[in-house]
Amino acid sequence: MIHIEGHEGGKGDSGLRPRVDNGRCCWCALCVEVCPTGSLSLTKEYNFVSDDPNDFLWIPGVDNPEGKDKLSFTSGTDTSLNDFKRIPMPEMEGMERVKSFAEVVLGYNEEMAREEASRCISCGLCTEVCPEHMHIPEYINAIATGNDADALRIIYDNNPLPEMCGKVCTRRCEDVCAIATRGDSVAIRWLKRYATETAATSDLVYDIVNPEIRPANGKTVGIIGAGPSGLTAAYYLALRGYDVNIYEANAKAGGMTMYGIPKYRFPLDSLDKQIEYIEKIGVKINYNTKVGKDISFDKIYKENDAVFMGVGFPKAWTLGIDGEDAQGSMQAVNYLHMINAGEEVEIGDKVAVIGGGNVAIDAARVSARMGADVTILYRRRVEDMPADWEEIEGAEDEGINIVPQAIPIKVHKDKNGKVESVEYLMAEMVADDKGGRPKPVAIEGSNKILKVTAVMGAIGQQGDYSFLEDYSEKIKEERGRFVVNDMQQTTDPKVFAGGDAVNRTADAISAIADGFRAVKGIEEFLLGVK
Amino acid sequence: MREKATTLYLGPQHPGITGNMMVRLKVEGDTIVKATTEVGYLHRAFEKLQEKRNWLQSFTLMCRFCVPETDPMEESYARAVEAIEGREVPERAKYIRVMVLELARLASFMLWYGGQNGSLGLYTMGQWSVGDRNYILDLFEELTGGRIYHMYIWPGGVRRDLPKGFEQKVLKTMDYLEKRLDNFDDLMFNNAIFKKRTQGVGIVDKETAIEHGVVGAVLRGCGIKSDIRIDDPYEVYDKLDFEVPTAEGGDIWARALVRRQEARQSIRIVRQVIADMPGGPVYNKIPNPQKWTVPKGDAYVRTESVRGEIGLYVASDGGNKPRRVHLRGAAYVHGITLLEDVLKGANIADVSAIMNSLGTCPPEIER
Repeated sequence: MIHIEGHEGGKGDSGLRPRVDNGRCCWCALCVEVCPTGSLSLTKEYNFVSDDPNDFLWIPGVDNPEGKDKLSFTSGTDTSLNDFKRIPMPEMEGMERVKSFAEVVLGYNEEMAREEASRCISCGLCTEVCPEHMHIPEYINAIATGNDADALRIIYDNNPLPEMCGKVCTRRCEDVCAIATRGDSVAIRWLKRYATETAATSDLVYDIVNPEIRPANGKTVGIIGAGPSGLTAAYYLALRGYDVNIYEANAKAGGMTMYGIPKYRFPLDSLDKQIEYIEKIGVKINYNTKVGKDISFDKIYKENDAVFMGVGFPKAWTLGIDGEDAQGSMQAVNYLHMINAGEEVEIGDKVAVIGGGNVAIDAARVSARMGADVTILYRRRVEDMPADWEEIEGAEDEGINIVPQAIPIKVHKDKNGKVESVEYLMAEMVADDKGGRPKPVAIEGSNKILKVTAVMGAIGQQGDYSFLEDYSEKIKEERGRFVVNDMQQTTDPKVFAGGDAVNRTADAISAIADGFRAVKGIEEFLLGVK
Repeated sequence: MREKATTLYLGPQHPGITGNMMVRLKVEGDTIVKATTEVGYLHRAFEKLQEKRNWLQSFTLMCRFCVPETDPMEESYARAVEAIEGREVPERAKYIRVMVLELARLASFMLWYGGQNGSLGLYTMGQWSVGDRNYILDLFEELTGGRIYHMYIWPGGVRRDLPKGFEQKVLKTMDYLEKRLDNFDDLMFNNAIFKKRTQGVGIVDKETAIEHGVVGAVLRGCGIKSDIRIDDPYEVYDKLDFEVPTAEGGDIWARALVRRQEARQSIRIVRQVIADMPGGPVYNKIPNPQKWTVPKGDAYVRTESVRGEIGLYVASDGGNKPRRVHLRGAAYVHGITLLEDVLKGANIADVSAIMNSLGTCPPEIER
């Protein structure tokens, strides 16, 4: 495989192309049979004579673009040796799910996992796009060959929250899977989930992973926020002999994965198991300790050799429309937080959720489980929704009504100040001149009114950095996010940051990647280890 | 007067299209006193290479064991792997396999016609038969993309179904070749030179044959009826109607008579399989080759090649590569120990003819 001038590749394309030594090729055409994308074919023109041996080296499609007209042996999905069909994931039936918060996805059994893992061709495109560059082909191979313990060890190499990722990761790996060009991508996320589920308790995880914990090196690191990035940094720092203290405002660790993700997607015991394991290797988590209130940032800064901030985006954006202050109008992320914390929330029996991301879908599906009749209003088309397609399908299966191209303009209140209805305009999609995605433009006079008992906005969140107090000058931020270098180091060399408060992708796996990078940064900063 | 003994080196290149191999001859006058085979020119370590290749990559090496007869090798590997795995082969694939195997026999007979006569200096036969062989190779090219190495019969079936109208082309070629075989008779079996040079030459008697474990046309040329296709039938041979010819005498002439008849039997078999061929799939798909593991176990399969029975042993330790592949080809016995025996007392001028007649195939001997 060699790099082609002027072909940089991209998502799911390494930019490399095979160079064939035509003189050594024996025309077995197994390349055609195994090529997942069907890009390779044999030509009829196999009589080739030249006095220059280099003439026999050529790159199909580049050196002879006209070769397309002379194809003989080609690949078809019926003859290809790839398995294009994914092993379906057993799930609870749609209308059964809304009756409880029981986990919807039931998980692969051993036979299913082995079979699904056998579809992988180890091309490694997945590793390339994974923010954390997890060793995906390696652990899938371990599962395929029946070495589940090896798979788990490989996974824990660079991800201390794999069960969470196995259940709710945004899995960009699957978008680029080579098999997906002509079939279903390998179920990478479900396979990781399978591997982590083979160790049922944190003790078992400890036994299998058998982590090597280095002797204490006398350095302390303070970590703010027990979300995915903070936990990752804490885990790998603790393994390297650092004394790690996490300060967490809430009663439980996990950050958004604890308070943002509904329990039918990511059950509590599954999270607890992972947190227990992380605590087992020596990470100390101080719960109910809000920095800026229960402890000052200054104290953490001064008492530790380095600080890592994984503070996330706790504050929701408001819709900015009339009537949003009504009783029964709330932010979806706050709603999810309260439900996950076990609080009671009055939403009535008719809920409108505004937005098209995973938070919107989560809030809608939780509301449905609370017995409400739910409608999602989204300004663009369904196919434009940033939410996971499986989540959208899940919502539809559960009887949630999605109204696309709907732009809310007003929340109407009754005389007691309670939400009565939400008014919205229908929109038409107008192509973007600059080649961006089409924009929704409201159609005048298309006003519609939806009677509701609660409205939830889910159009995004932002950071809250008031805890920094005097340090906010030294630790710079830009457009709501901390400025960091490629080691996650902020403008204050002693302070590192990661997670939603730093990266724009704002998903758990990116946060984990940030935490992992910060470990290297902190090592280098404190010990000079490169 | 006893002549002084001297040593002659025959080969590694020599007439008869058998492949590179040397025979060291101790001669007195033009009579051979002792013959010692010197092999080693064609050792490519295929069996060892297969231990480093996955199950599917190994399949592409099989056909290279013996250049004139590639398909029985593929067939053996496929059947051995299927036996270990318990993999079913669709009925249509079995018929296609037999058709390919018999076409391969015919192509190999055509090469033998040329080689046997060429070794005696009768070159016209080779020009005819090797020319006609090309009609079979054309069929192979259309079916598999390859003329010599087909890489077509693989575990689970065959790689692709027959192209449209292929059966008719095969039948047409069979009609043509059948007529040509009569022409060959005139040039070869009714030829006084051929008779004189082959009758009573290179004799293998029954006892020697059994002692050496001789197989195929060499064994049948001693009057012993033995053919794996009948004795231990595979694919659909048990459903087909054909004969196993034998001849008496054990000399080159007898073996030539056997092969002459066998070529006609192959045409008969090809016509039958085309007439009886059922529809349906041709391939029971193997899993993703990179993750394909064959359960722990081993298998020994026997296949009839033109040179006789070949045995292939394949062992798996449950991994994604063969633990061991081992071929016991007909040529291994015929071309070394038997040849050394038969050459004792022979005339120098007959060495190539005897080598060819015994089915010596150095690439298969050395693997």
